[in-house]
Amino acid sequence: MGAIGLMMASQLYSQTVIHGKLKDNKGRPIPGASVSIKDSYDGGVADSLGTYKFSTTEKGDQILIATNIGYRSFEQKITIGSQPIVVDIMLKEELSELKAVTVISGSFAAGDTKRAATVLNSIDVVTVGGGNADITAAVKTLPGAQQIGESGELFVRGGTGNETKQFIDGTLVNNPYYTSVPDLATRGRFSPFLFKGTVFSAGGYSALYGEALSSALILESIDLPERSAASLGVSPIILTGGFQDLAKDKRSSWGVNYGYVNLIAYFNIVKQQPDYFKMPEFHNGDANFRFKTKRGGMVKYYTTFSYSKLGLRRPDVDSAALKDAFGLKNLNWYNNLSWRENLGNGWKMNLGLGYSTNTDNITQQLQDHNNQQVFPNQPWAFAKNYTVKTIQQLSQAKAVLEKKLFGISTIRFGGEYLYWVNDNTYNGTSTRLIDNFQSVFAETDIYVTNDLAAKIGGRFENSSLINRTNLAPRISLAYKVGTGAQVSAAYGIFYQKPENTQLIFTTNLEYTKATHYILTYQKSTNDRIFRTEIFYKKYDDLIKAEPISNYYSLYNNTGNGYAKGIEFFWRDKKSVKNFDYWISYSYLDTKRNYLNYTEQLRPDFAAPHTLSIVTKRFFTDIKTGFNFTYTYATGRPYYDFMYDGNGKYTIADRGTTKSFHNLGFSVNYVPSIGRTNPKLFWVLVGSVTNVLGYDFVYGYNYSFNGLNKEPIGPPAKRFYFIGAFFSWGVDRTQDAINNNL
Amino acid sequence: MKKMILALTLLSSIMTYAQSDKYTTAMQKNLDMFDSAKTTVDFQGVAAAFERIGDAEKTQWLPYYYAGLALTMPGWTDTKLDKDANAERIKTLCDKADGLAKDNADKAEILAVKNMAATQQMLVDPQSRWSSYGQEGAGYLSKAKQLNPNNPRLYYLEGAGIFGTPEQFGGGKTKAKPVLQKAVELYKADQPKPLYPRWGQKQAEDMLAQCQ
Repeated sequence: MGAIGLMMASQLYSQTVIHGKLKDNKGRPIPGASVSIKDSYDGGVADSLGTYKFSTTEKGDQILIATNIGYRSFEQKITIGSQPIVVDIMLKEELSELKAVTVISGSFAAGDTKRAATVLNSIDVVTVGGGNADITAAVKTLPGAQQIGESGELFVRGGTGNETKQFIDGTLVNNPYYTSVPDLATRGRFSPFLFKGTVFSAGGYSALYGEALSSALILESIDLPERSAASLGVSPIILTGGFQDLAKDKRSSWGVNYGYVNLIAYFNIVKQQPDYFKMPEFHNGDANFRFKTKRGGMVKYYTTFSYSKLGLRRPDVDSAALKDAFGLKNLNWYNNLSWRENLGNGWKMNLGLGYSTNTDNITQQLQDHNNQQVFPNQPWAFAKNYTVKTIQQLSQAKAVLEKKLFGISTIRFGGEYLYWVNDNTYNGTSTRLIDNFQSVFAETDIYVTNDLAAKIGGRFENSSLINRTNLAPRISLAYKVGTGAQVSAAYGIFYQKPENTQLIFTTNLEYTKATHYILTYQKSTNDRIFRTEIFYKKYDDLIKAEPISNYYSLYNNTGNGYAKGIEFFWRDKKSVKNFDYWISYSYLDTKRNYLNYTEQLRPDFAAPHTLSIVTKRFFTDIKTGFNFTYTYATGRPYYDFMYDGNGKYTIADRGTTKSFHNLGFSVNYVPSIGRTNPKLFWVLVGSVTNVLGYDFVYGYNYSFNGLNKEPIGPPAKRFYFIGAFFSWGVDRTQDAINNNL
Repeated sequence: MKKMILALTLLSSIMTYAQSDKYTTAMQKNLDMFDSAKTTVDFQGVAAAFERIGDAEKTQWLPYYYAGLALTMPGWTDTKLDKDANAERIKTLCDKADGLAKDNADKAEILAVKNMAATQQMLVDPQSRWSSYGQEGAGYLSKAKQLNPNNPRLYYLEGAGIFGTPEQFGGGKTKAKPVLQKAVELYKADQPKPLYPRWGQKQAEDMLAQCQ
C-alpha cells in the first residue's frame, strides 16, 4: 500500500518535455522569446537558432503561451501526458511606432532625441565653428545647401533663396531673415534655443507645407523650459537680458527677452570695406507664454519685435568719383499662437494662428565726394536714386486634424488661410497687393508592415491675387533593408506663386512649378549616420523677364530648368570619445532659363561641388570645446546680361568665380558643465570666420556699359565674436520627479 | 490499515510541502540560475523564468523584481543590446512589482532597479541624455531614499554613479568615498529576509577599496 502512495507521489513530479522551433513570420529565429505553460512556473526561452525546450510537471489540458516584445502573443491548447510534446510556434510581428520605418526621403529630421536619425539639435547649431549661432549657417553644412556668401538665405539644389520657406509650429514665416543689404549676408531672426526640433527638407516634403518650390525648414518650438532662470549676455557687439518663469506645477511658463546690438565699437576695431554713415543698430525683444491643457495638449504663444537701422556707402561701379549710399530702417513684429490637443478616440488636432508685419524703409542715393546727393543725367544713373517703403503683412490660420486608422496608420488633413497685404511705395508711387490664399490638404501614413511604409498626400491651393488654383500630389515610400537601414523614394509637385517684386508689375501670372524625384539610402545607429541621396528636379513655368527697355521688363511664365545630383552625408559621434564630426558632399548639375537669362544656363548661385566638414571636440578636463568647420565649393558662374535694344538680352560677359574655401572656428568654455544643480550656468564663446584669410569673390557687379566689373565680396575678411552668457536658475526637475512618483 | 494511514499521511505531507514550498523552491532554483548566468541569453532566460513565477503567483512582487534585475545585467555589458528597449522592459517589470509591493522598503528596492534602467539609457549618449535620463535616474534614487534611508544598495548605486563620473563633472573617487563608506556600513547591518535582495556588498567594498 505504501508503495502505491510513493508511486503516486513520484508520478506527481514526473516531468514532460515540451520543445520546438520558435520563429517569426519570415522564418527568422527570435532569440529570447519566452514560452511557458499558462499560470505555471514552467517554461523556457528560445535560443539564437529559434529552438526552445523545457520540462513541466503540469499534466492534462493546459495552454502553451509564447510572447516577445513587439510580437503578438501566441496561445495553443495542449494536453500533457507522459510523452514529449513538439510544438512549433510562429510569432507575428506587431506594427509599432518604435520599430516601424519612418519615411525620411528628402528631409533631415533633427532634434528628436529618441529617433536615431537625429542630425542637428540646438547645441549642435550653436557649436558649428564660425556659424555664429545662426540656424541657417548650421543648415548650410548639410548636403543640398549651397555656400552663397553674399546672402544669408538657403539656396537648395539649384533653387533660389526665395524657394526655401521656413515654418514655425506649422505656420509659414513671412520674413525669416533680417532685411538684407544688397550683396551682404544677413542672418535668421530666430534663436536656435527656441526650437527643440529642426527638419531640413531639401525636397519631397509633406503635403502639409506649400508655397516653397525647393526646400522647407520646419521648426518646432520647445514646450516648457526645464527651469526658471534669469539670463544675461555680454559682448562688445550685443547685450542681452531675459527672464523665464516655470510654474511650480511645471504646467505653464512665461518669459521675456531683450537684446541690443550695436556694431560701432566693433567696426572701429575691425575695419570694414563699406563706409558706414549709420552704424548698424538693432533692438530685439521677445516674449512667450506656454501652458499644458487639461487633456495633455499644449498652447504656445511667441512674439518677437525688432527695430533696426543702418546706412553704408560703397564706390559706384559706373563712376569712380561717385558713391552709392544705402540706408535701411526695419521694423518687424512676429506673432505665433499654436494649440496642440489630443481629442480622444485617436483624434489629434493642431491649430496655428499667425500675424506678422514687416516694414522696410530704404533710401538709395548716388553721392559725390562730399556725400551730397547728385543726379547725373546719364542712363546708368537713372535707377540709382530712389526711396522705397515696403510693408508686408501676413495673417494666417491653419488647422490640421489627425486620426489613427488601423494599426499605426494615420490620416492627416486640414486647411489654411493666408491673408497677405503688401504695400510698396517706390519714389512716391504706391501699389497694394492683396492675396487671399487658401489651401486644403490631406495625407496618410500607411504602414503595410513594420518594414514598409508609404506617405500619400496632396494639396489644393487657390490664390486670389493671381486668380489661379493648383493641385499638388506628394508620394513617398520607405522600405527597411536592415537594422536602422532604409531605402526610400519620394515624388511630388510643388508650386509657388511669383514674387511680389514681379506681381507689382502684373498679376497675370501662373504658379511656378517644380517636380521632385528623390531616392535615398540611409543607415543609422544612435551615434552614426550614413546617408546618400540622388535627386532630379524639373522646373516649369518659371518667371521670365522680356525686356522692353533698359529699365522695364514684362513678366511671363515661359521659364524652365532642371537640377539633378547626388549627395552624401556621414556623421560619427562614436569613434573618438567627445569628438563629433560630420561630412557633407553635394554634386549639383543644374541649368535654368529664368528672369533675364538668355537660354538655359547654370545659375549664378549654383556650384557643381560643395563639401563641408564640421568637427567638434570637447575636452572635459579643461571644460572647453573647440569647433572647426571647413567648407569648400567650386566656382560659380557669373554673367553680364545686357539689353540689346531690340526686346532681347544678350550675354555681354561671362565667367566662373574662383573656388570658395572657408575655415570657421569657435571655442566655448563651459565651467559649470556636468554639475547637477548649478545656481549659475555660464559659457564663454569666441569665434572667427575665415581663419585662413582667404579672399572671397562671390560674383561680379557690372557697370551699365559692361566695361567695368567689380568683385562682390564680404564687408571684411573675417568676423570675430567674443561673448559671455550667464544663466541663474532654479532647477525644478527634482520637484517634478518627486511629484510624479 | 496502519500502513495505509501512514502512506496517506506521507502522501499528503508531500503534497502540502509541494504546495507551500513550490514558490520558495522555484525562486531559490532561479536565484541559483541567476548566480551562474553569464550571457545575455542566460539572463533573459532567468528573467523569463522569474516572470513566469510572477504571472502564476499573481501576488508576489519579488519574481518581477528579480526579472527586472536579471535584465539589468546585460544592460551594463552587452554592447549589441538595444538599451532603450531593454530598459523599458525593466521599467515595465518594476512597475508590475511596484503594484504588488506593500512595504515602503520593498518599493525602495524596486526603485533601485529602475534607477539602473534609467542610468543605462543615459549611458547610450551621456552628453545629450544627461538632462533627461540622468535626472530620471537621480529622481528614482532620491525617492527610494525617502522610502527607506537604510537600504545599502541605494548608496552603492549613488556611489557608483559618482565614481564613474569624471572629476570635472562633479564626480570622482574623493566624492564617491563617503557615499560608498555609508553603503558598506549599511550592508554590514543589513539582514535580508529569505529570498530578499542581498546583492551589491562585494562590489561596494571593492569600489571603496579603489577609493582609498
